[in-house]
Amino acid sequence: MANKIPRVPVREQDAQLRATNFEEVCYGYNIEEAQLEATRCLDCKNPRCVAACPVNIQIPRFIERLREGDTLGAAEVIAQDSSLPSICGRVCPQESQCEGSCILGIKGEPVAIGKLERFVGDWQLENGRPKVEIEKNGHKVAIVGSGPAGLACASDLAKMGYEVTIFEALHEAGGVLVYGIPEFRLPKEKVVKAEIESVKALGVKIETDVVVGRTITIDSLLDEEGFDAVFIGAGAGLPRFMGIEGENLNGVLSANEFLTRANLMHAYDEEYDTPIYVGRKVVVVGGGNVAMDAVRTAKRLGAEAVIVYRRSEKELPARVEEVHHAKEEGIEFKMLTNPTAVLGDDKGWVRAINCVQMELGEPDESGRRSPVEVAGSDFEIECDVVVMALGTSPNPLIASTTDALDTNRRGCIVADEWGQTSRKGVFAGGDTVTGAATVILAMGAGRKAATAIDRYVRGVESEE
Amino acid sequence: MFEVVESRKLAENIYLTRVKAPRIARSAQPGQFVIVRADKVGERTPLTIADYNAEEGTVTLVTQALGVSTRKIVAKGAGEYLADVAGPLGRPSDFMAEPIEEVRKRKYIFVGGGVGAAPVYPQVKWLAEQGCEVDVIVGAKSKDLLIYAEEMRKVATNLYIATDDGSEGFHGLVTTLLEKLITEDGKQYDCCVAIGPMIMMKFVTLTAKKFDLPCIVSLNALMVDGTGMCGACRVTIAGKTKFTCVDGPEFNAYDVDFDEAMRRQGMYRTQEQRALAIEQERAAGHKCNIGLDK
Repeated sequence: MANKIPRVPVREQDAQLRATNFEEVCYGYNIEEAQLEATRCLDCKNPRCVAACPVNIQIPRFIERLREGDTLGAAEVIAQDSSLPSICGRVCPQESQCEGSCILGIKGEPVAIGKLERFVGDWQLENGRPKVEIEKNGHKVAIVGSGPAGLACASDLAKMGYEVTIFEALHEAGGVLVYGIPEFRLPKEKVVKAEIESVKALGVKIETDVVVGRTITIDSLLDEEGFDAVFIGAGAGLPRFMGIEGENLNGVLSANEFLTRANLMHAYDEEYDTPIYVGRKVVVVGGGNVAMDAVRTAKRLGAEAVIVYRRSEKELPARVEEVHHAKEEGIEFKMLTNPTAVLGDDKGWVRAINCVQMELGEPDESGRRSPVEVAGSDFEIECDVVVMALGTSPNPLIASTTDALDTNRRGCIVADEWGQTSRKGVFAGGDTVTGAATVILAMGAGRKAATAIDRYVRGVESEE
Repeated sequence: MFEVVESRKLAENIYLTRVKAPRIARSAQPGQFVIVRADKVGERTPLTIADYNAEEGTVTLVTQALGVSTRKIVAKGAGEYLADVAGPLGRPSDFMAEPIEEVRKRKYIFVGGGVGAAPVYPQVKWLAEQGCEVDVIVGAKSKDLLIYAEEMRKVATNLYIATDDGSEGFHGLVTTLLEKLITEDGKQYDCCVAIGPMIMMKFVTLTAKKFDLPCIVSLNALMVDGTGMCGACRVTIAGKTKFTCVDGPEFNAYDVDFDEAMRRQGMYRTQEQRALAIEQERAAGHKCNIGLDK
């Protein structure tokens, strides 16, 4: 009876130790652990996990290969639907997707699908991918942004024979995988760089330091540089602030700034020149994965670190695993607490954040009970730094410099389910279209757009 | 990697670096800036564009070397490489989008203070090429610190120089000279553009206000990515938060909260000074035995 084996625990770095370093928290499975865990899969006739996966990875099939000791075979099954298994195995919200719908989860613990995917992905990074024979088809596609959407789109198109160039605004490829998600959750050298190298090995060119909308435009790519189509995967955009008093005091940062300094610019490493400031105590406002990343980074930089969130713990949008890890590391969670002002000293530096207590009222349009202020419950939390992790609003740069590219009311680029925008030959996907979402959704959108771009280019060709 | 084709000292701590960056040279417009990283451990530093040449594919940058990162940038000689030059960033100057007949009707006065003379130059040059009348004030502490005066003389209608110590041109501040031009010399202007240290821009704005003279300033806020992603460069403009990198760098001077902008520039001053002190001690051969350089 396969399902009688308890879920194989995954080894992790000790919580107290890891709260002082940037090494990866989770060590992942070794081959014995992965194969043992693989025996727990019931191989359901109607696999709900596959339906719950945004890119429909054939989960029971790859687990079956693992069980048989055929890791390469498992990798090939995953590769049919996902291009970034090492990354998605680490950062996907499995508890609300594949694992959340696993039959075993009803009475016990679901199969550790994420950890198995990660094992397969890492195995592949170490053992190399099977070399793909590519026949060039003579067409060129430009991709804007080297995050998960762009990388996935690029790798599919390259395999189809397209000559693909990715344009990246920053100095390093990877997008949110590099500037946003911290080292302790997603190692940069071992995983992100390795995944990017394997995309480059397909012949994809990556040009960094090119800001599309400024250095070049979508129109110039199509009209002057001879690209047949463009995919826009430019990411989420500008950080939001609360609009409360004192938000421009010295010591108030967006989570994007705080994390970019720490991750992309390596501010935690003495060898790098970029400064970062945490003071004695950091308050992070928000409850999503970005808030968890910021608060755990602050802790690792030596500060006392606190999460302030206006709803209750049950409503935290962050992954359960991230909240759990944060708590283990000694992060304080102040739930049902809403900031009303940031308070400064006489030199204009943050000295405290003023908050009110909230209670849960009636459900709002999202179905969550909306928090209501408790009258007269004002209190101050003393701190040196406040990090706002409240999501982002779209960056208007590309839409405003491209002819006939429609955006919606919120400013996101409008695209259909295949990524087709209002402009012929221009496709888009990921956060640029949906607003801030997940790595796996962006990757899925990139892959769908690759199919649509191929269809489009061949259509144009047959017309000619 | 971006090859440096020319590097020279313009004045104490101020250097010119001409770099091969063909894409930027083709798309740069007056009012824009770039972000530069000297090497793979360097900071992303915003620098103003002092000139660009699409045919040569080069961009000219002028850097005031005050901290570790800017010192690394100016140390790169011809034939060496800067790790990254990204841009052009920010919105071009407003007049670039206006009908040229409207722009030609205006009489401009530019005020460039210290290293701020460099970003003034491409604006004056462009306007002069379009046949506009442009007066320019270039200010510095003393004659030795004046930059871009000769280049400016070739394109400006009238060039006025002001030095704090009187070693060249008008003896006094740029604001006093501006006021003198309007009140004593009977000059009439329709638009003032001031670029320089924040404190200078604040006082030029106050001077312009006295004469109801519309005024534009170019803010040099702290930045990390320069594309709108981080929000480090936020400034308060007419009571609203704006990002210098995507909404600016030029703003209507009357709307700028200069005191806040100056305070925010000092956000990392302690760390920056510490890093510079450590670097200088190391360069002098001092090895710290009690770990203060860690």
